[in-house]
Amino acid sequence: MTPRTRLQITAAAPDPALLDLPWDVPLVDWPAERLAALPRGISRHTVRFARLSGRVVAIKEIGETVAYREYELLRQLSRLDVPSVEPVGVITGRTAPDGEPLEAVLITQHLRFSLPYRALFSQSLRPDTATRLIDALAVLLVRLHLVGFYWGDVSLSNTLFRRDAETFAAYLVDAETGDLHDTLTDGQRAYDLEVARVNIIGELMDLQAGEFLEEDVDAVAIGDALAERYGELWTALTSSESFGLDERWRVQARIERLNDLGFDVGELDITTDLDGTTVRIQPKVVDAGHHSRRLMRLTGLDVQENQARRLLNDLDQFRAATDRQNDDETFVAHDWLTEIFEPAVRAVPRDLRPKLEPAQIYHELLDHRWFLSEAKRRDVPMREAVASYVRDILPLRPDEESVMGVSAADLREDTDTTTLPVVPD
Amino acid sequence: MATVTFDKATRVYPGTERPAVDALDLHIEDGEFLVLVGPSGCGKSTSLRMLAGLEDVNGGRILIGDRDVTDVQPKDRDIAMVFQNYALYPHMTVADNMGFALKIAGTPKAEIRTRVEEAAKILDLTQYLDRKPKALSGGQRQRVAMGRAIVRQPRVFLMDEPLSNLDAKLRVQTRTQIASLQRRLGVTTVYVTHDQTEALTMGDRIAVLKDGLLQQVGTPRDMYDTPANVFVAGFIGSPAMNIGTFPVADGIAKVGSAGIAVPRTALDSLVADDNSSITIGFRPEALDVVTEGTPDALPVVVNIVEELGSDAFVYGALVGEAGAADVHSGAGDSQVIVRVDPRKVPAKGEKIWVRIRTGEQHLFHAGSGQRITA
Repeated sequence: MTPRTRLQITAAAPDPALLDLPWDVPLVDWPAERLAALPRGISRHTVRFARLSGRVVAIKEIGETVAYREYELLRQLSRLDVPSVEPVGVITGRTAPDGEPLEAVLITQHLRFSLPYRALFSQSLRPDTATRLIDALAVLLVRLHLVGFYWGDVSLSNTLFRRDAETFAAYLVDAETGDLHDTLTDGQRAYDLEVARVNIIGELMDLQAGEFLEEDVDAVAIGDALAERYGELWTALTSSESFGLDERWRVQARIERLNDLGFDVGELDITTDLDGTTVRIQPKVVDAGHHSRRLMRLTGLDVQENQARRLLNDLDQFRAATDRQNDDETFVAHDWLTEIFEPAVRAVPRDLRPKLEPAQIYHELLDHRWFLSEAKRRDVPMREAVASYVRDILPLRPDEESVMGVSAADLREDTDTTTLPVVPD
Repeated sequence: MATVTFDKATRVYPGTERPAVDALDLHIEDGEFLVLVGPSGCGKSTSLRMLAGLEDVNGGRILIGDRDVTDVQPKDRDIAMVFQNYALYPHMTVADNMGFALKIAGTPKAEIRTRVEEAAKILDLTQYLDRKPKALSGGQRQRVAMGRAIVRQPRVFLMDEPLSNLDAKLRVQTRTQIASLQRRLGVTTVYVTHDQTEALTMGDRIAVLKDGLLQQVGTPRDMYDTPANVFVAGFIGSPAMNIGTFPVADGIAKVGSAGIAVPRTALDSLVADDNSSITIGFRPEALDVVTEGTPDALPVVVNIVEELGSDAFVYGALVGEAGAADVHSGAGDSQVIVRVDPRKVPAKGEKIWVRIRTGEQHLFHAGSGQRITA
């Protein structure tokens, strides 16, 4: 007979509420009232979402050693500042009341305002949504590869997306097959890309088979686009270039080009040849988040890269409009925050706030104001734009803080094959 | 199908001095099931990943068949990593789940169907081809995933600890399934595990690695009966072999007041490095329980008895003058393991006398740890 083991919880910041969840019941049999009806990706393991102290966590049943390994990897990835889900903890030593041992679980924090691909790729797919998701995944993959992370199982199911101004930002959700290395070999990168390509095409073909995606969408072309986007970005970030000594401006140009792509240059290798006529430069360390870091420094706002880019543009306009180009940038930023950004976001009634992240709401406000101004052929002030947006636009948007999508009955299935939530673009 | 050859293949990670895999020479026959086994950090996974193209080869080469693939991209090597991803697509039929990779590669429809049907036959999935994965049992789903790799008809299957995330029961079941499937398909397979039982039960041959160096390669029987060195002797077999190093005098290895007779030829092969000592290994089943006073018998005090029904094992310690001897086993330092008659199990704390059965000891150089072939 198997000796009865004790429940063991490993967590960086243990939440006592964890103890209230029914760990002596296999995840497939958890009562519906414990669960949060969020759509799941395709997984080889049993995965459920549960409510825990006012938040939502994802729980995955998985072998004990693999659970600890993935927990550690996710922690390392968080420390490296790679967009990934936050690990909450590992629970081992689960036993059913009859003494039968149950599998260990890995618990991760549900990413607020995240959208699974199955909610985004739907019949209402706008042609460029696919492109924007693939772009986001390419950026994520490049960032992972830059820090030496080999994923091993890149797929849309293992990724979550968040709106990031007019684009998306991708987050890694599953690190089970991953490995952190000092640097990756070309073979590892190429294999990750090939796995990604095949998985993405498979996932899209699956949506087509289920009639959630139109037949005429070219799944293979979308998969190939990832490899292409990845290649372009990787080259832009890591390739070396040579030029004559009299073209030294190209060093600054390269740095600005990388900034435009949203990356900071942490270390740039500059070498000259023996006679000193040509210079060769190659970025050695690049960090994503150029704009979001700058916005954070100026305003303390922690938002995503393209949202930051949009807010910074608005800040620049504010500076020009108030004729304060010669003022210290931090003072101007403080005034923009208190006079423009915060009043606008605060004007959104509390019950409408779960619709979108504040920074995303602000981004949409800017769009809305532009549309209004076009229509009315005059400069619409922010206050007027906010009122119109809150009255006419926001109420029609679905709540995206936690996208609901499956009925409690479907949670008993191994994979959610029925309803897919539709999230408009 | 193809042979696989590691020809002095070496992998040195940037910033390290000691190679992770050091001049590996290994030839795998066409259709063979070869298991790479060893403790963590021994280089087994690195070797597999070098074959897969995921690790750079810093010295030597790797061949699949006659083709040098050392610098070939992973996807162009005609290999399949099995079990890495076996999530099935819920809306696709079993047939589409198995064949979609071929569809991506642009294989004609008729050929996809033929290959899928062939694979389904081998996997006993024919009647399920037009169903959705939801209708399948857990085991059948795993076979569909296996089918994905099979329909691609790769020249080599690679498996890196594929069973590590399964529970114990499913692990034993899947182990048997993989082994029998591999035999039916006849595809050359390289399989990595840290578990020597898995290695012994699955492999046609086993390659044991330690610190990046190949220790020995051979059939499970070879590894068990004639381990090439002390490391392999201690690593292969469960429970582990008892291994001790004893001073030699007058043709006898001294274990306290008792002794183990050492053959003449072995004594003659001792070198200065051995320091007039010899390492002797004896498996738990190579010991007979004898009565007190039997010549060459060693006294053992019983700590624990493990009863397995068909077998029983005593975990104990050498006592008396023999207690000072340097003996260890898989159970730990100064522990010996003895297989005893499951119907005559000694009590905890009891002292029993054991003797190594003639010819069943393994002799090694005390210095180098290499086997002495007597």
